[in-house]
Amino acid sequence: MTIYFIQAFIYLCAAVVAVPIAKRLGLGSVLGYLIAGVVIGPIIGIVGKETVDIQHFAEFGVVMMLFLIGLELEPKKLWAMRNRLIGLGGLQVGLTTAIVMIISILLGYHWMMALTIGLIFSLSSTAMVLQTFQEKGLTKTEGGQNAFSVLLFQDIAVIPMLALIPLMASPVLREKSQAGLKAAGEHHGQLSLVAHLPGWAHALVVISVIIAVIVAGHYLSRPLFRFVANSGIREIFTATALMLVIGIAALMSLIGLSPALGTFLSGVVLATSEFRHELEADIEPFKGLLIGLFFITVGAGIDFAVLSKNLFPILGLTFGIMILKALVLTLLAVIFKIKANNRWLFSLSMAQAGYFGIVLVNYSVQNHVLPAEIAQPLSMIVVLSMFFTPGLFIFYDKIILPWYEKVKNMREEDKIDEQGSVIIAGIGRFGQIINRMLIANGIKTVVLDHQPNQIDRLRRVNIKSFYGDATRPDLLHSAGIEQAKLVIIAIDDRPQTVELVKYIKHAFPEVRILTRAFDRVHTYELKDAGADVIVSETFYSALEIGKTALTHLGIHPFKAEHMKAVFNETEQEQHEEMFQAWKVAAEEGGFNNQYRAMFLKLEKLISEAMEWDRSDAHSKTERGWTPPPKKYTDKIQDRS
Amino acid sequence: MAANQKRILILFAHPSPERSEVNVPLFKASQSIENVTTVDLYGEYPTYRINIDKEQQRILEHDIIIFMFPLYWYSTPAILKEWQDLVLEYGFAYGRDGKALHGKTFLCALTAGGAENAYRADGYNHFTINELLQPLEQTAMLTGMQYLPPFALFGARTAVEDGKLDQHINDWKMILKALRDDNLDLTQTKALPKLNEDLSILIREQA
Repeated sequence: MTIYFIQAFIYLCAAVVAVPIAKRLGLGSVLGYLIAGVVIGPIIGIVGKETVDIQHFAEFGVVMMLFLIGLELEPKKLWAMRNRLIGLGGLQVGLTTAIVMIISILLGYHWMMALTIGLIFSLSSTAMVLQTFQEKGLTKTEGGQNAFSVLLFQDIAVIPMLALIPLMASPVLREKSQAGLKAAGEHHGQLSLVAHLPGWAHALVVISVIIAVIVAGHYLSRPLFRFVANSGIREIFTATALMLVIGIAALMSLIGLSPALGTFLSGVVLATSEFRHELEADIEPFKGLLIGLFFITVGAGIDFAVLSKNLFPILGLTFGIMILKALVLTLLAVIFKIKANNRWLFSLSMAQAGYFGIVLVNYSVQNHVLPAEIAQPLSMIVVLSMFFTPGLFIFYDKIILPWYEKVKNMREEDKIDEQGSVIIAGIGRFGQIINRMLIANGIKTVVLDHQPNQIDRLRRVNIKSFYGDATRPDLLHSAGIEQAKLVIIAIDDRPQTVELVKYIKHAFPEVRILTRAFDRVHTYELKDAGADVIVSETFYSALEIGKTALTHLGIHPFKAEHMKAVFNETEQEQHEEMFQAWKVAAEEGGFNNQYRAMFLKLEKLISEAMEWDRSDAHSKTERGWTPPPKKYTDKIQDRS
Repeated sequence: MAANQKRILILFAHPSPERSEVNVPLFKASQSIENVTTVDLYGEYPTYRINIDKEQQRILEHDIIIFMFPLYWYSTPAILKEWQDLVLEYGFAYGRDGKALHGKTFLCALTAGGAENAYRADGYNHFTINELLQPLEQTAMLTGMQYLPPFALFGARTAVEDGKLDQHINDWKMILKALRDDNLDLTQTKALPKLNEDLSILIREQA
């Protein structure tokens, strides 16, 4: 028992230290996990052989990940992507396999070995790519969506590959290691329901099980979840979610299908269920930890002895494979018209080999397709290619993306042919409303935004707007800032908003600047920069909900409205003092005690303003409608 | 001399000033006179959130309170009623310690659409303007202020076309100055149907 605790502690500790640092340095969590693995494995050597066992366990994270992906993907959406799935995915796997195979044959390998090597490198790392997409918010981009199609196809393609490899067993290898491997083969023999069945029966079982999963998922899951949810015991719901995923994975293994594929399928079936978000929330933490563990074991599994013996050939082959894969992907991107930065994302993200590659390597050795002395460097290349992948993502983030944005700015800047009294910078969800309101009142606006598709959408509804980066002085000039009365800034970038305010205040001091702030600190930053009017985007909508909450709690709507107003007024009264405190705090480099004290004071003032009438007759929230004291008329009559 | 002058507070209430033909020019003209504070209530409190403390402070700093408004349904526009409801608090304007308005002077400067002869018992409005303003008169009394009859313009919808505006504005300026310099013969006002009935009786020769 103790040894498990120690091991678990070492792994968690490595992750806790390495991942936040990697994230802070902009390297992404995946590289953090890999580095953590390298440190505790090959470098310090405090974990050893057990990483292989742990890796088997951690692979389950991939299964969970596919379940979650399935949950996000309604059957309709899956059907809609069938062309990309088969076209893009099929071509990627086919082409990469073929090219690697040809090169291997040219290097002197038997064609069957060459084909196996080709298959191994045609696969990419679903876990790594999707984890990184999620982290960087790239999942919904064009490049991300297409990459997902390819990855999904690969995960499905693993199944026939596993069926194909035993057929290519080399008689020489089999004889050479017959004695030793016989025992091992039995040892590795998997539990299976279908191993003894003939091919057609196997196929029948597989099809009926899949249909059963879909039907059960559709009709039985809902009553089950409702039954469990009604019990009101949270952990039992989590247990049910886990039971479902593990059960399906087990079932799929029993009939010789990929557990990942099975859970993906059940995820899709449940995507329309009302329990979807609950399931997501329950599985997510398990998935995250297991995927992390998986990457740590990949890092820990790097065998420096093998690597240092053949450092240059292995590194060379790794880069060669990655370049080859990227080139194939680029070619496909061109064929399928994936453009610009999305093409780069598509090609770079999947240039590595993946976890299934390692599975295939081991499987090939077991089935006497590849000799162990080839297998070892092959797994090394797979692992190294995964290790270099975060670097490609950083390359995409830091070089490709900025470059495309710059190029876009250079060539697509619109010519601004009209000038208005109001310039609106940023026409996203916030700027749009402002613009509509002004236009509806016959005020001429000039709208600027740096997102071309946003501009196109607006032009389709006859809102004239111009593509261009509002933070560029010459663009502001051609938008007519000299004649403008107001500039409204609603761009979706905190620091750029502040910079823009500073620039306009400096260059055109007579223009009034109205700006949207993201939060309290941003408000102070903008005030400091000289903005004339600052509205926090969340403040008033939050007040509105707060007020509505009060009315739903039984407070009269008119009184609730005044409570809201008093809250707002008290907040505004303290604004200047808070701002000064923030300024001091900012100069000292953070959240100081004075600022904290100010904030507490503000909260106290607000609650005092609200509670006033409990101690006195006059609450600020109903001041002026407070009736005079009982019997006050006696005194008035006395006087007259 | 300025020290002896009375301080005048004009509370102006017009919910659609962009359509105003008389009130806004009158309000603007008032701004040119020394010792007069002008407050555009709808402009300052577009959401009716009247700042009670601020308004009470304004009362304390002035000797003469004037409501300037177009007559809406025989009364003030809503914000002036709101102003009374909120600002004239118990303990401030009335009640045992409510003496803040004692000794001040109060009047209305209003415009009415109907002709002057409509505002009498046999006219279609049935009541005189003074009768209709009785709630304000009583408010002034209860709060200890001296109530003056209104400075009124009837038939205001066509005042510009009828060429009555300039005269009206001039009269108003004279009255404002007389009020400020305490040259108005207040004893004469009681019987008047409106303040601008005959300025020559009201305004005393400057000493």
